[in-house]
Amino acid sequence: MTGSPKFRQAPRPVLLDPTAEGGPATRTRRSRPATLDGLTVGLLDISKPRGDVFLDRVESRFAERGWRVLRFAKPTFAKPAPLDLRQEIAVHCDVVIEALAD
Amino acid sequence: MGAGEAGGSSGLPDGLVAVVKRDCPTCVTVVPVLAELAALGCSVYTQDDPDFPFEGAIDDTGLEVSWALGVETVPTLLRLEGGKESGRVAGWHRGRWEALAGASGLGGGLPDQRPGCGSLTADPEIAALLSLRHRSGTLSARRVELGPLEDELEAMWARGWTDGLPVVPPTEARVLAMLDGTARRPDEVVAVVPPNLVPVTVEKVAINAVMAGCRPEYLPVVLALVEASCTDAFNLHGVLATTFSVGPVAIVNGPAAKAVGINSGVNLLGQGCRANSTIGRALQLVVRNVGGGRPGEVDRATFGNPAKTGLCFAEDEEGSPWEPLAEARGAPAGASAVTVFAGGGVRMVTDQKARTPEALVETFARHVGPGDALLVVSPDHGRLFRDAGWSRSDLASALEALAPRPAAMCNDLLIAYAGGRAGLFSAVMEGWLAGPSGSVPVTVEVRQ
Repeated sequence: MTGSPKFRQAPRPVLLDPTAEGGPATRTRRSRPATLDGLTVGLLDISKPRGDVFLDRVESRFAERGWRVLRFAKPTFAKPAPLDLRQEIAVHCDVVIEALAD
Repeated sequence: MGAGEAGGSSGLPDGLVAVVKRDCPTCVTVVPVLAELAALGCSVYTQDDPDFPFEGAIDDTGLEVSWALGVETVPTLLRLEGGKESGRVAGWHRGRWEALAGASGLGGGLPDQRPGCGSLTADPEIAALLSLRHRSGTLSARRVELGPLEDELEAMWARGWTDGLPVVPPTEARVLAMLDGTARRPDEVVAVVPPNLVPVTVEKVAINAVMAGCRPEYLPVVLALVEASCTDAFNLHGVLATTFSVGPVAIVNGPAAKAVGINSGVNLLGQGCRANSTIGRALQLVVRNVGGGRPGEVDRATFGNPAKTGLCFAEDEEGSPWEPLAEARGAPAGASAVTVFAGGGVRMVTDQKARTPEALVETFARHVGPGDALLVVSPDHGRLFRDAGWSRSDLASALEALAPRPAAMCNDLLIAYAGGRAGLFSAVMEGWLAGPSGSVPVTVEVRQ
């Protein structure tokens, strides 16, 4: 049916793209390590109530196993982590555990 | 568009130029003058009949030259020097034509002056086509060509461009018409939109405003709203990402609110007014389409609320016992401004018995929690404060005394005056996390 000249001549609507016309940069997640032996684990508190309770417990359990732990905290859970904090974690840690919610 | 822009690149000759059409009695009247001027080297362009006014006239039935010169009336006589316009006369006027042509005794026997007719470029349908032809190059958005049998609304839905309601197809013609609503350049960056932190141009905002159903005159308000919402203080990323159910609520003050018809009266938080229904929606479509903020992705609201489709209203400044909200928040008196507040659903505050401000404030205090809030005081309730001479800050202080707000949180209580003339109700919208670590209301002036 669409081979009919009548249909071929139908106007093709042209719209303007309302989007950003590009996706945000995506990075593949680093593969999960087989063991934490010899690695540095960052514990990120997003400043939600009781996040520290969870992370304190994780830290003590990790310490029992001899894993190295560094603690970090976002100034507020309501905003993305500041760039400096993200870079500090990336420089010093091999893996990170984030306490997401209350 | 003036000749200054068109000259040179359009290949127009230097010197005297006349633009005419046969379907214009004044042009017909001045044919002898045009012949005299042609003999002096004047280029005569004809808009409708290549044989008019005489053989040798230049065919401008495609209206390219008329458009480039910005001719609004025929006959028009112009002088171009080095691509720049140095003089122009619309209609026949012997003295002015003689001065421009450097000639004397033109059109002996003709009346001294005659008004002209409208240029064909000013015919509404032709003007729209010409505008599209000449200005589509100023738009830089990617063109999305649909299939000839593809349904536009379904195609936009399938591409994920809509909020679940139908959107208006953003054609070049509609977007150009939308851009006529502002003097700002299409490529000007308005803001950086969370969550993907994408710089958004006036053009992209205009495209989404078309889709939302806005009229061109709303665009300056939409631009101010986008600007206000994308500030660090308002924290749109957090407002979007939170599991709490807030969304941007726009309160518009100043002459712009009235000029574009934003409802401040009956059912202002409901349906039925195009400006109220579409201005906030345009922001939300910008967040969705440009910023990449979509429900189920970065938008994690547990419930959301119906107002997240878009919520915008105006303050009733004429009826208000107080100065405009924007002015109270630091905008210049009389300025048009948009205030954006991260608000949850609308809750009614009913009090049909209070006869004093003190009694009414007790009711308000039971509904305004310890966090941020937007309290919209209705005319029937506002009357009590006006009669008692209470200022906005008197009301805020009385509320504070009854429902103390934690000082450390730097809370914002916004008090606006709006609503239908009858009804002993006010309305309150709960805010989200208060203060700089959450979302702070932001007021931005509307620029035309």
